[in-house]
Amino acid sequence: MITIFVGVRTAQFVRTGVLGAVYNTGDSDEQKEKAMMRSAVYLDHAATTPVDPRVIEAMLPYLREQFGNASAAHSYGRRAERALEDARAAVARVLCCTPDEIVFTSGGSESDNLAVRGAAAAMRMHGRTLLVTTPIEHPAVLRTVEQLARDGTSGAAYVPVDACGIVSADALAQCVDETTGLVSIIWGNNEVGTLQAMAPLAALAHGRGGLVHTDAVQVVGQMPLDVKALGVDLMSLSGHKFYAPQGVGALYVRAGTGLEAVQTGGGQESERRAGTHNLAGIVGMAAALTIAHDEMDDHRTRIMMLRDHLIAGMLTALPGVVLTGHPTERLPNHASFIVEGVEANLLLMHLDMKGIMASSGSACKTGSPEPSDVLLAMGFTAREALCGLRLTLGRETTEQAIETTIAALVEVVEKLRRLQAGMKGS
Amino acid sequence: MTTEKKPNHATRVVVAMSGGVDSSVAAALLVEQGYEVIGMMMRLWSEETTAGGAHNRCCTPDQMADARRIADSLGIPFYVLDTKATFRNTIVEYFIDQHRQGVTPNPCLECNRQIRFDFLLNNALALEADYLATGHYARIGRSTDGGFTLMKGVDDGKDQSYVLSVMGQPQLAHTLFPVGQYPKPEVRQIAARFGLPTASKQDSQDLCFLGDGDYRRFLRDHAPEIFTPGAIVRRDGQVIGEHQGLANYTIGQRKGLGVTSAEPFYVIGIDATANVLMVGTADELGGRALTAKRVNWVSGVIPEAPFRADVKIRYKSKPTPAWIEPLDADRMRVTFDESMRDITPGQGAILYDGDVCLGGGVIERESVTQAAAAPMPAR
Repeated sequence: MITIFVGVRTAQFVRTGVLGAVYNTGDSDEQKEKAMMRSAVYLDHAATTPVDPRVIEAMLPYLREQFGNASAAHSYGRRAERALEDARAAVARVLCCTPDEIVFTSGGSESDNLAVRGAAAAMRMHGRTLLVTTPIEHPAVLRTVEQLARDGTSGAAYVPVDACGIVSADALAQCVDETTGLVSIIWGNNEVGTLQAMAPLAALAHGRGGLVHTDAVQVVGQMPLDVKALGVDLMSLSGHKFYAPQGVGALYVRAGTGLEAVQTGGGQESERRAGTHNLAGIVGMAAALTIAHDEMDDHRTRIMMLRDHLIAGMLTALPGVVLTGHPTERLPNHASFIVEGVEANLLLMHLDMKGIMASSGSACKTGSPEPSDVLLAMGFTAREALCGLRLTLGRETTEQAIETTIAALVEVVEKLRRLQAGMKGS
Repeated sequence: MTTEKKPNHATRVVVAMSGGVDSSVAAALLVEQGYEVIGMMMRLWSEETTAGGAHNRCCTPDQMADARRIADSLGIPFYVLDTKATFRNTIVEYFIDQHRQGVTPNPCLECNRQIRFDFLLNNALALEADYLATGHYARIGRSTDGGFTLMKGVDDGKDQSYVLSVMGQPQLAHTLFPVGQYPKPEVRQIAARFGLPTASKQDSQDLCFLGDGDYRRFLRDHAPEIFTPGAIVRRDGQVIGEHQGLANYTIGQRKGLGVTSAEPFYVIGIDATANVLMVGTADELGGRALTAKRVNWVSGVIPEAPFRADVKIRYKSKPTPAWIEPLDADRMRVTFDESMRDITPGQGAILYDGDVCLGGGVIERESVTQAAAAPMPAR
């Protein structure tokens, strides 16, 4: 019975007893090669981006010799503190604000939490207990607002969006009143790419005495960031969406904005966010932001051309495909669709087998997809909201990759539609 | 059936993974044999439990994470296939509906018929796979005419051909059972050698969609009407007690009847229409014949004449010699050489010729009372 193990490969499947160790044995090389040969096309930059090699270079000293704690009084500490403040200044330069208006965090979700919880707590002291947001926010905002409403410490109002995911000033005006503490609106929607006209919305909210937060996580690296022109009080960003590593982010807090700390402790970040700094990450994020800012114009021109090519290709090559989000007011790297009759979970699996990595607002790793809340809020049916597809481009995306993707999508979608028709028939 | 003799590396196999030892070993063996392997898990429906979450006992987040980690360690992709609605609408509904009719169904048979070797197999083929592989203890062979045969697993105690008897030639042509040729202890050794977890999952006979493993509680929640009390009668119609709802009883059951008598009574019939439970002595239990519906012939050919076969009437029962008589379309009559206890409507009557599973059908509701009546001596 043991004969099957006779052979060269047997020796490579060593008796490890530890799952992870099997991975390092020689036997799976063939599979790995096969995966590589499939020439991966990564179109999920809204989920995360690869770290830019220049960013890694900038970070390395702080992972090696420059290991000081920025709060320490000795020379290593001072060196670390200088790097930290240089990074803060660099971020502030890109955002057109002052360095003390930047709070470093662990990423977008923490920034959103600090903005919503911190501002809600500060505004509550002024009798302003209403939180106004939209149904298309990132869960970091939505779940936070829900929790505060559930606790009874705040009220919650949701501004409806139109079929393109746009928040109109009129709709906002109906929700904001003199009890409003904070208005939180996502600038560039992660799922459907729609960009809001933040300045007039912010002006409206300010006119009634509320604070304004925007989740700009998807926007950074794609659009010029002038917080003064934007008119917001709080703005979240996350490093790994613009070629910095995961686990670092920032919150812009306009000078004079009331903000209660959420994470308390050692008093870092001017008492606004306790915890030893992720110095290498912060340095990397500052470098990445500077690079994105310097290369903004070329990046935008190229990526929008590719995106428009992808959208046009999808809409002409496949029937029953609808562009979701706004046709023009959208993130430059973002294409999203509803592929009628093809559930996203299945579609993503088939695309992955073809080496194409995409995403959806409804798909999940547990095989238990739920209709996308964002698509439902935009008026799509539950059935349609299971069929969302998101393709987000990045710096390394080539025209060839777009062609490959369109061809693969046509093949897979047609096959899956046949499969589902066949199953219904049987 | 054109899938023979492609080199392994050009042959794509989707392996149904549960995170348990059998399917993990199946995946590992296929990877070792050089196939291009894709791991897949079906996310099935399960009732919401108060303990939180609606997770099928065979696809909990932990098991999913286990399977994903195993797939990763083998260097293969892993996907979870949303099967909730299909499973709920076919298997779970079938389970409830059969109990409404006073029948004790075998959902695993139906799951293999309608889910695993239909929905999942079709999804595998759509992924351009040549085969679907599972961790079942069964083997696939070739008959002299070139067709595929379904055979018992080498490990008789673990053999799962009973629940696979719904497979036909198109399914077998695209299926692999990599562990079927090993005894269970050897599968564990192989698992250890690959560094895979060696613990077994629950037996495949378990009802995986139950939140707590209590199917009567499940039925009470989903079909309360079948817990209406009614009469307990003898064969001659004499009422001797009251039952607590037919779903509490199965054919052959002795305990919990709540009637006292000189010799023990057994459930010998369930009449859902009249809400009547029929009991009798050991002599009255069972019979020599049954009829079955939804019969599948693994060979794809309906036998023309009655023939001899060994028949299993439950997953764990012993094969017993009988005459098999194909009836109209997809039915058959089985006449045992000796009287059988425990002929239970809804269970499979599965036919064997030695190690070869010839097919089988679902025991009909009417057949038991008829069968029981036939050989009984006049009173």
